[in-house]
Amino acid sequence: MTTTSKPQVSRRTLLKSAVTAGAALVVGFEVPQIAKADPAKAAVNPFRAWVRIDRAGQVTLISARSEMGQGISSALPMILAEELGVDWKDVRVEQALTDPTLYGDQGTGGSGSVAGSWTPLRQAGAAARVMLIGAAAERWKVSPADCTVRNGYVHHQSDKIAYGDLVESASKRPIPDLATVPLKSPRDFQIVGKPMPRKDIPLKTDGSAQFGIDVRLPGMLYAVVERCPVFGGKVKSFDATKAKALPGVRDVFEIPAVPEGVHSWGGVAVVANTTWTAMQARKQLRIDWDYGPHATESSESLRRQFRRIVDSPCKVVFNTGDADAAISGSPAEKKVEADYELPFQAHATMEPMNCTVHVKPDGAEVWAPAQGPDWVNGVVAQATGLTPDKVKVHTTYMGGGFGRRYQADFAVEAAQIGKKMTGTPVQLVWSREDDMTHDFYRPASYHRVSGAIDSQGNILAWKHRSTSTSIADWWDRKSPPESSELGCTLQMPYIAKNYKLEYLPAQSGVPRAWWRSVEASSIGFVMESYMDELAHAAGADPYEFRIAKLGDGRKIGNPLNPKDTALEADRMKGVLKLAASKAGWGSPLAAGQGRGIACHFSFNSYAANVAEVTVSQGAVKVNRIVSAVDIGIAVNPEGVRAQVESAIVYGLTAALKSQITIQDGRAVESNFNKFPTLAMNETPRLEVYIVPSEVAPTGIGEPGLPPVAPAVMNAIFAATGKRIRRLPVIPSDLV
Amino acid sequence: MPEITFLVNGKSTVVEVSGDTPLLWVLRDTLNLTGTKYGCGIAQCGACTVHIDGQVQRSCVYPVSAVAGKNVTTIEGLSENRTHPLQEAWIAEQVPQCGYCQSGQIMTAAGFLKSNQHPTPDDVDKAMSNNICRCGTAQRIRAAILRAAAAMNGAPGQGQSKATGGEL
Repeated sequence: MTTTSKPQVSRRTLLKSAVTAGAALVVGFEVPQIAKADPAKAAVNPFRAWVRIDRAGQVTLISARSEMGQGISSALPMILAEELGVDWKDVRVEQALTDPTLYGDQGTGGSGSVAGSWTPLRQAGAAARVMLIGAAAERWKVSPADCTVRNGYVHHQSDKIAYGDLVESASKRPIPDLATVPLKSPRDFQIVGKPMPRKDIPLKTDGSAQFGIDVRLPGMLYAVVERCPVFGGKVKSFDATKAKALPGVRDVFEIPAVPEGVHSWGGVAVVANTTWTAMQARKQLRIDWDYGPHATESSESLRRQFRRIVDSPCKVVFNTGDADAAISGSPAEKKVEADYELPFQAHATMEPMNCTVHVKPDGAEVWAPAQGPDWVNGVVAQATGLTPDKVKVHTTYMGGGFGRRYQADFAVEAAQIGKKMTGTPVQLVWSREDDMTHDFYRPASYHRVSGAIDSQGNILAWKHRSTSTSIADWWDRKSPPESSELGCTLQMPYIAKNYKLEYLPAQSGVPRAWWRSVEASSIGFVMESYMDELAHAAGADPYEFRIAKLGDGRKIGNPLNPKDTALEADRMKGVLKLAASKAGWGSPLAAGQGRGIACHFSFNSYAANVAEVTVSQGAVKVNRIVSAVDIGIAVNPEGVRAQVESAIVYGLTAALKSQITIQDGRAVESNFNKFPTLAMNETPRLEVYIVPSEVAPTGIGEPGLPPVAPAVMNAIFAATGKRIRRLPVIPSDLV
Repeated sequence: MPEITFLVNGKSTVVEVSGDTPLLWVLRDTLNLTGTKYGCGIAQCGACTVHIDGQVQRSCVYPVSAVAGKNVTTIEGLSENRTHPLQEAWIAEQVPQCGYCQSGQIMTAAGFLKSNQHPTPDDVDKAMSNNICRCGTAQRIRAAILRAAAAMNGAPGQGQSKATGGEL
């Protein structure tokens, strides 16, 4: 009985058969007695299901987080492989099934996977190593302390035994105490910290990587859903006569909205033998909509509301000193006030939302390109009336995530359709238009920042009053609306004598949620643009000004959330210095060119960018971006560089090209012809540098993004004297 | 439904679908060749790019009736075992992130390199600027195409792979 020949086999079946057969071929599998005796301990015991070694020596490492392009399906197994002592090229990686009892939280977001898995995975790999060494030492009758491991072998003097020959005896040994299991010193790392080839990349060069939309099951049908174009609208009545008459159409029916917790919109589902047939039949539907309460909302009405809000004092969220008095007591030439605006942004993942479901009377199987597969499990159970243990969720490769795939709306819709079609597998596919007009957008926001500098160039006062379509307001009315919107303004990195934060939410029917780097994408732009304005007002070099205002040895906690990791100002200076030095900050540029700098702290990581731009005839061309990041230990440095490159390009698209505007309560932009993205010929030269570090890693999927827009806008100012305060840049702002 | 006969990756194929069905959906849903991707449906993003009689085409707007008697090559048919120089270069440069657009990127690049064996970086930019990648891999795609072009011209030494820490 071997376990590696059937990668898709159910984990539970495998566990059961391994135990009942009395054959322990697998290192690190669940020991049922532990789970029974202490379920809480079992739930956090990472050792049970991460490492699998068969008799032939094949090592399979399990990745329990979702792969959306960020390279997590290699980065996490690299940590295991390091402590286990195997050669990366010999390792297979397998995506975990969704199973909270084995893997705990499998949600993938907030740039948190490596940071959260670092210690547990090291402990799991080390525990397996200790058991393998123990088995070999027993066989040789030597002390385990005299044994070493290398490339899948335990060594003792000139003897060596392959892991495959040890699994049977190793897996009968006691599991070491994870809290005290010896971990390797970072100085001895062979895999972590080296640019390792990602295991998923070859599969992504020949079409064989299976994304959610690529799932094919025998007898599978395809479904699309017509949703109300206006946010919050619903079906009054519909006529499906013509749609049902098309050859290949199997069924047409209404699915209800699930407003609580999920925010799926409901609509009319069409099920057919191919995606195209379903899409064609959908066009034949006649639906009478109730457009609901938001049908008159527009970007312009929202902007008027924003300005009305910031024209009056808002709720004081944080206050130190007396910023208002300091500003009013300053001479006009020492005061700086500026309004900044950011629009809604769509995620626009290349693979539109989709989900495949096979509902049977006694259980359901789901193939979901989902960042929150455990959430999918719950909502599918709810929608189908099954218990969560009867729902099996396979996480597929996903064609981009950026936060969009943390939602479960597409999974709920698929489950509703799958339940109606019980017995038949169904794949729900969103069209590009569905995806772009029914996203959960990055919030739109408006910021008024005022402040003053003194005659020595110190920041005397900084007051940031803002409003936005709050994420917390939309999702969780128990949390205050500002709790999702303020980001690093609560960990003000710069020395400002008087500092005040004010906020009030705006009312809007536009759905919003987490978009790559979330509120940092807006806050970073505002703070770093304003910092640049202050530097120029002080007559200081923007780089030197930042370094000076970061001070020495400062640690800035979050006054509202004291448990948050403190911002270490010296690490911020480190990334600023590295980026500035690699970019040649201060060296001359040609006429029409400019250089800008910005830095930001988000997701406990530090990033700084220097941008070089050329502005001519109302057009901006970004020529080069030099980025420096400090994320602690970079597990896969090449993966880290790729993530920063990615965040820069994603951020440039939002800064220079794309936005979602609202008219008549609906999204105007519905496809890439109206939502342009940065093309290859517009992509600047990208250089990414990583600060060497031996501290525990933090994330990098998102932190590279916040300093992109401000670095570019500060460079535009340096080139032209035009200060861009509203994104994206439009040509008339530049002339 | 009419029968439509054409070659897919060298194999004679007969499908019985409405002639106005875009080739994309015939490949994906009828023939289960899912390497060719749906991204926009309006020929804007390039994820669906295939070769038809050697020409680069966007299969999402190409009616299947128009491929009757023609020769379609998809990403699955580009090479045996990922041996096309572009596929090797894509791995060396560690290009893909999410990977969803990469079939279309590679098929576009493969067509381009047939027409231009000695491309400059600007040539590459012009040829590839109508393919969208939301992960921002353009810089690596450019490097991979130049690497593949050099390899196809027999240039020795393509430089180190980006992933120097190990081999696959």
